[in-house]
Amino acid sequence: MEGFLYKKMIKNFKIDSIFIYLLIFLWLTIASFPFMWTFWGSFKVELDFFSITNWYNAVVGKNTFETYETNFTGTGYIGAWVQEEFWRSFLNSAIVCFFVVITSLTIGTLGAYALSRSNYKYTFWLLIVALIFRAMPPITLVAGYLPAFFEWNIWGILPTTIIVLVAINQPFTLWMLYSFFLKIPKELDESAKVDGCTQFQAFRYVIIPVMWPGVITAGLFSFLLAYNDFAVTSLLLSDENRTMIPKIAAFLGTTYTEGNIMFAVAAVISATIPLFLLVMFFQKKIVSGLVQGAVKG
Amino acid sequence: MKHKTFFWFILPTFLAMFVFIFLPIISTVLQSIHTPHDKILMTTENCDPFGCKQVTSLDHDAINNLKRNEPLGKFVGLEIYFDRGHLAIKNVNKLWQNNDSVSQFLSSLYDLPFYKALFFTLTFTFTVTPIMLILGFLIALAVNNINQKLRGMVIFFSLLPMIVTPLIGSIILFWMIDSRGIIGTFIQWIFNDPFLSLKASTLLTWIMLIVYGVWHAIPFSFIVFYAGLQTVPKDQIESARIDGASKFQEIIYITLPHLIPLITFVTLIQLMDNFRVFEPIVGFNAEAHATSLSWIIFNDLGGETRQLSSAASSSILTILGVSILLLPILIRTWKDFYIKK
Repeated sequence: MEGFLYKKMIKNFKIDSIFIYLLIFLWLTIASFPFMWTFWGSFKVELDFFSITNWYNAVVGKNTFETYETNFTGTGYIGAWVQEEFWRSFLNSAIVCFFVVITSLTIGTLGAYALSRSNYKYTFWLLIVALIFRAMPPITLVAGYLPAFFEWNIWGILPTTIIVLVAINQPFTLWMLYSFFLKIPKELDESAKVDGCTQFQAFRYVIIPVMWPGVITAGLFSFLLAYNDFAVTSLLLSDENRTMIPKIAAFLGTTYTEGNIMFAVAAVISATIPLFLLVMFFQKKIVSGLVQGAVKG
Repeated sequence: MKHKTFFWFILPTFLAMFVFIFLPIISTVLQSIHTPHDKILMTTENCDPFGCKQVTSLDHDAINNLKRNEPLGKFVGLEIYFDRGHLAIKNVNKLWQNNDSVSQFLSSLYDLPFYKALFFTLTFTFTVTPIMLILGFLIALAVNNINQKLRGMVIFFSLLPMIVTPLIGSIILFWMIDSRGIIGTFIQWIFNDPFLSLKASTLLTWIMLIVYGVWHAIPFSFIVFYAGLQTVPKDQIESARIDGASKFQEIIYITLPHLIPLITFVTLIQLMDNFRVFEPIVGFNAEAHATSLSWIIFNDLGGETRQLSSAASSSILTILGVSILLLPILIRTWKDFYIKK
């Protein structure tokens, strides 16, 4: 009997496991190879990374060695950060992301908490309206912003873009925090109110201490939206206030013509590294955020 | 919660959405039915000792006056919606009469910019969504069957394509499929054609964009389905096994029905997100072969001449498109809500 089971296990292992591990290996390669390849290539010269003669040059850096006598060069990075002043865009991105996350979490937490603790009909309609707003591509709103922003002379500056990104972010943040607050038992703040707290005091002293896991998750997604946005930021920011992603798009045009494409490669890698670190430190939070939305639906 | 307390809690987020989402939609609607005023010219007679000349110039007073009275511009109704850059009613009518077969009609429709963008947007949405659902589910099944210790690492690398900025992700892939890039070289080697370029043909460009879209979206369905697989009731699977169900039957009759709410959720989010496809077209430099609704709005708004009215009309049409796409799901949510009550 045991021998039979053992044989069956071997058989199962052969058919299922090999196929499964092959599939996963294939997927991991597809998912991560482009990043590794571009990261490796960003330390080479253009003739290696975009090699006409032999793709293997990108791996060993033949032309890089001939030019700089070393297989790795930081010239792309120096060109991007110093010559093309990518540090300015990095700073702008940091400012935009910081304020977008802080603001959208502050107003989103208050709103989502209220939505989760109210049973009136308008709560449902507010959530549906938020869902509709979430469905609209943000770029469809830009035509609505431009005339007003030009009229009031607030086009092109960072604060305007920050407020716009916060607003675009709200529907998503509200839904995510709403489903999170639903999981915090109502009895907690109810009992605080019985003890004589106002609603705000109950929120301040009972809910705030226990809400951080959900808030951090929502903050991560706000950060990603602000960091990754291209359509809105590139239309709302003037050239000198550009954040990283519009700057990279602008790079592409100029560096192709000037033959400095390695600057763009270095800039692309520079903008990816913060995201890489984010996944590394917050993997669990990101996964739980994705799943949280799903469970509540 | 009392109405008054609720009001103060919701006020900041409500104001943000009202001012920066709702009002802009109204503004967009208004802009889409107005065009800038025509220039008003005036003719004056300039007389000097050598005689009199008729001079035509802009009548600034009249223009400013008009702008003050009608700040939105000249009212044109639905004219912009029906012009050649958008729905092109006249052209469509003509094409419908001149072409005998439907396929011929559709292919000549493709020459009109709005329909070209619409075709690609719909194709992208309705190919990427099912493919990412299936592949994400397969990967979730696979990961669910491997060693527990490996799973964290697999999830880490799987998240990268989704987390990366869409523009950056598409640029990275674009460099690799360049004829001098590694994938480009590889494909040339497979087909033994040193001049093969993925960028030159419309079909290959579309495939490339769809492959990017799938690559970017798989992690989302994978993660959600993987989480769902952890909650499949174990006793059901065990009793199915005792009854002699095969692995395949197990998936079809137990796992999939259990995941249906998640599948609806992922489909909903993906339809929204794929319908706004935009960055890959910029990243892949593909506008010659593929444009999307978001791209034509961006194209109108960017550059030296900001064509606000045209962009506004495209925006409203895009919003209508999203609404039609999501209407069935919204109706279902609404029904669910009232049935629950």
